[in-house]
Amino acid sequence: MSTVFFEASHLAIRFGGVVAVNDVSFTVRKGEVFAIIGPNGAGKTTIFNLISLIYPPTAGRITFEGRELTGLAPDRVASLGIARTFQNIELFEHATVLQNLLIGRHVHHRTRVWEELLFLPKVKRAELEHREEVERIIDFLDLQHYRDSLVAGLPYGVRKVVEVGRALCAKPKLLLLDEPSSGLNPEETDDMAFWIEDIKNHLGITVLMVEHDMNLVSRVSDRVLALNQGQMLAMGTAAQVQSHPSVIEAYLGGEGD
Amino acid sequence: MRFLFKTNYQQDVRLFTHGGQVFWYTVLGVLLLVAPFILSEYVLSQLVFVLIYSIVGFGLMVLTGYTGQVSLGHAAFLGVGAYTEALLQSHGVPFFISIPCAAIMAGGVGVIVGLPALRLRGLYLAIATLAFGIIVEEILTRWESVTGGGAGKHVKPVSFFGVPLDADETFYYLCLFVVVVCALGVLNLMRSPTGRAFIAIRDSEVSAASLGISLARYKTLSFAISAALTGLAGALYAHKLSFITPEQFGLLVSIELITIVILGGAGALHGAVFGSIILIVLPQLIAIAKDFLPEGVGSQTGLQSFVFGAVLVGFILFEPMGLYGRWLKIRTYFSLFPFYRRGLFRRQKVYMKSDRLK
Repeated sequence: MSTVFFEASHLAIRFGGVVAVNDVSFTVRKGEVFAIIGPNGAGKTTIFNLISLIYPPTAGRITFEGRELTGLAPDRVASLGIARTFQNIELFEHATVLQNLLIGRHVHHRTRVWEELLFLPKVKRAELEHREEVERIIDFLDLQHYRDSLVAGLPYGVRKVVEVGRALCAKPKLLLLDEPSSGLNPEETDDMAFWIEDIKNHLGITVLMVEHDMNLVSRVSDRVLALNQGQMLAMGTAAQVQSHPSVIEAYLGGEGD
Repeated sequence: MRFLFKTNYQQDVRLFTHGGQVFWYTVLGVLLLVAPFILSEYVLSQLVFVLIYSIVGFGLMVLTGYTGQVSLGHAAFLGVGAYTEALLQSHGVPFFISIPCAAIMAGGVGVIVGLPALRLRGLYLAIATLAFGIIVEEILTRWESVTGGGAGKHVKPVSFFGVPLDADETFYYLCLFVVVVCALGVLNLMRSPTGRAFIAIRDSEVSAASLGISLARYKTLSFAISAALTGLAGALYAHKLSFITPEQFGLLVSIELITIVILGGAGALHGAVFGSIILIVLPQLIAIAKDFLPEGVGSQTGLQSFVFGAVLVGFILFEPMGLYGRWLKIRTYFSLFPFYRRGLFRRQKVYMKSDRLK
């Protein structure tokens, strides 16, 4: 492999006097599940927001398949093949699950506005193609029951899955999952772990995730990066990171405290 | 209750989802077509106003109901459309060219107004559009050489190659045709990627952007489409009134136009039509009620504004989904009877949203 799939180098961001992320560098290899862990406020979600360009980094650069992301408009990230979910679920509440998933197909739409105003046969054909792609994801995530329900009325666990589905509908190369298991019961977390494995093995999508649940992390992830207060603590397999002294110190407190 | 058995994806793409809808819309269509032969001249003329306001309603529905952007300056687009039409007509441009031109002109102005919308949201956007409305009204008043200023401007009746089509019936059919075309256009847009992008922006800007929806492009587009529809309505409005002055496109009119969406119900085109009906019918009801009210109340000049205000507040408090929402609830009540529960329709927060993650 000549070019690095995804690379963040010397990433830093400061909000006023708070250094949320400081000199964080890591690479994600194609086809792996890479997890970022750390206590609350470690800067995990901030890294995600830096990748989706919600914040511009104070220093450092992010490259994806050899292309530099920093400086692009936020909506360009998706068209390069990066899709994400949000920690607090940012679904389109007043639309149905189906519509939400169809919006996920947005990067693949090729029809022009005037063609859509007239709803030419071309638009109709494109709509049916989008629908088929969406149905594939619905089958994949077992969402058949909820197809026509409004998101506003769905239970939390289902919304979480719908959000993953919406990101998958974009057919990304890299999927960012921001705490996929937060708020889920053990059974749903189990399902989520299955799906993450399937996303990696069957859909061939590389996954970068932020997660608190160490069971889930050690089950699905190939490599783990531990952060604390914006600093990198350790990187390696889940077992290596979990037994790393500075990680234990960050989670449980050091001997001197 | 009707259960639809879906066997292919085409069923979800169609405009009419089942035979019942086709039947009722055909009935409505036939009634509208024969209306000129049944209704009195006065009622027909009011119906024309309902049609014109419906087009404005569609425009506002695209912007406020679907994209979630506020505009308190829509009367300005109506004005731009009306004056463009008046001007082109006075130069002898045929109506089938001048009316689209009025829409394009208003759409162009809409793009300019849409630009600040990229940076402003909620209340701030409302104020920016409000200021825009006042500026346009002022320009219409001051630019006397073009607009005739405060003295007003005469609009020629619609004519087709020199043959005047000023009969009420012909004009009614023209308006009906434009309404149907606009409604189909908006419906088509809403079942396509662009319409879904609008809804995405309304519900969550952050995730819309993360899915590749360019906020700049789609917000501007929404403003342009909304303004173009309003400009189109403005052109018809100018013909209907046959005499236009800048005050007809002032702030109060903008607020009246917003009430179409709020009273009708944001988020569905039916709402725009229902809202326009109230906007036309309510003043008539007030006029009738005046005869029965005590002397001191009935003759008050502010009575109409008061009633409008009260109705608006009432709707926001008790029926945020508007008349269309009420209609949906009644229909659901009967189709689910006796299993309807009160929480079935939860309050929509379409108009203003807290800013998350920004």
